[in-house]
Amino acid sequence: MKKSKHEFSRIINSMPSSGIREFFDLVLSMDDVVSLGVGEPDFSTPWHICESAISKLEKGFTSYTSNKGMLELRCNISQKIFEDSGVKYDPEEEILITVGVSEGMDIVFRAILNPGDKVAVIKPSYVSYSPCVIMAGGEAIELECREENNFKLDPEDLEKACKQGIKALLFNYPCNPTGVSYTKDELGEIVRIVKEYDILVLSDEIYDSLTYDFEHTPLISFPDMKERVIYLNGFSKGYAMTGWRIGYIAAPKEIVGLANKIHQYTILCAPIMGQFAAIEALKNGQPEVQEMKKEYKRRRNYVVNKLNEMELTTFMPQGAFYTYSQIKKTNMDSNVFAKKLLMKKNVAVVPGTAFSEKGKDYIRISYASSFDNIKEAMSRMKVFLEEL
Amino acid sequence: MDEILEILQKDANADISEISAQINIPEEDVRKKISEYKKKGIIIKYKAVINQELINNVSQDVTALIEVKVTPQKNKGFDSIAKRVYNFPEVVSCFLLSGGYDLFVIVKGRDHNTISNFVSEKLAPMENIIGTETHFILKKYKDDGDVLVTQQKEESRPIISA
Repeated sequence: MKKSKHEFSRIINSMPSSGIREFFDLVLSMDDVVSLGVGEPDFSTPWHICESAISKLEKGFTSYTSNKGMLELRCNISQKIFEDSGVKYDPEEEILITVGVSEGMDIVFRAILNPGDKVAVIKPSYVSYSPCVIMAGGEAIELECREENNFKLDPEDLEKACKQGIKALLFNYPCNPTGVSYTKDELGEIVRIVKEYDILVLSDEIYDSLTYDFEHTPLISFPDMKERVIYLNGFSKGYAMTGWRIGYIAAPKEIVGLANKIHQYTILCAPIMGQFAAIEALKNGQPEVQEMKKEYKRRRNYVVNKLNEMELTTFMPQGAFYTYSQIKKTNMDSNVFAKKLLMKKNVAVVPGTAFSEKGKDYIRISYASSFDNIKEAMSRMKVFLEEL
Repeated sequence: MDEILEILQKDANADISEISAQINIPEEDVRKKISEYKKKGIIIKYKAVINQELINNVSQDVTALIEVKVTPQKNKGFDSIAKRVYNFPEVVSCFLLSGGYDLFVIVKGRDHNTISNFVSEKLAPMENIIGTETHFILKKYKDDGDVLVTQQKEESRPIISA
């Protein structure tokens, strides 16, 4: 393509494009793929939630809502956060309904960063984390969570970053792609450093309800953390509502106010249908969340057992629906591994390099897929490895 | 309910090693538990769920739901009359109900005539049965938790995403 005479955005131009786009395109071009590469639940949204949204549509509720989102939903969210963490958020001024956590993260960074501000981002992590910081004019300092540390953030690394003058930490647990989560004690150490250096934390806890081996502890539940934490959550994962696009920010009034300025100029409001669905989800959706969680847990155990039998070292993830498996024994780079597995056995997994530059020895396997699919994929992978 | 039973109730085909891997219990223990469940009659049997509508060239069975009004027998209540009813092989389910009727019977037959004959010649004339109302099933949408109508669901979820 001929280069334009205009100089387009320098920031966007300087950002590397996603390294796995090519691989994703290859997967999408193939038929009959058994995919363990999906980052969303395979369940449909529970029917009572759909039904409730349909009945609102039929009654003609198709308008904008208030910028911050429907007050009833904000009140219900405030109540839910209180039940989970014991912390009270004012639904009028401290909660904002966003188009998924993705929008929430984007507008929070734009609300809090000035050009050149440093933000520590845990790695491996969801693909948009560092780009969000960069697009808001900040600088991302990536903190690799290493395998020898069970993929958990090493407090020493955080402390070093604090000494470099970071303004905020972008944290996520349970974590996409590693499935790592943190016990209350483990979080305590991170909280101590956050307080000592008085930094902000964007805490993406979208997978909180999918924690399998212990209770999820929200970061805001620690004393004096409410003023330092921007709590990001939503309905996509736990309630299987990805397509409804409803997330929320709970944060100090000043930050919510600034984020809402961007939100009202760019998004106006989250879709009303999704907001109605979210209200129903909070009121009556818990039994289904528990059912799905039970199912994910069984799949997790199965997948981890099978992968370790194949000698793809896989630690037991505590949450989300991913394993982050080591493929060193194959002597292949994760991109090559994923491509070969796809071409030879029609099984799709995501190379670790999608989530970190240091991800060449790992693949992410999603068990948000039917048990039959998982079984089939595991047996094909076994044959694939034997044939190497 | 025990997780082994939960898994088998969803998929009677699940084998021991699969169940063991899902719930992190040794295969031997899973095997023991299952045989215990069978001995105790908790697991009665395993069978396949078949969507008859998709079987070509086979005349489909007809199913009827029959509400039955009964005079209970002294000292025996409804149990003995229920037994006389459910022992017929045509009866696939039989429940005692609260409300206007006493027994609710599901009957399967080759065709409408078979069922009509069953009701008029066997069920209705039984002593203690004082009335029946028969409803023929026209279409099965969902049965025992399984949706039977063919759903054309276009897969919208991308097959790979971060």
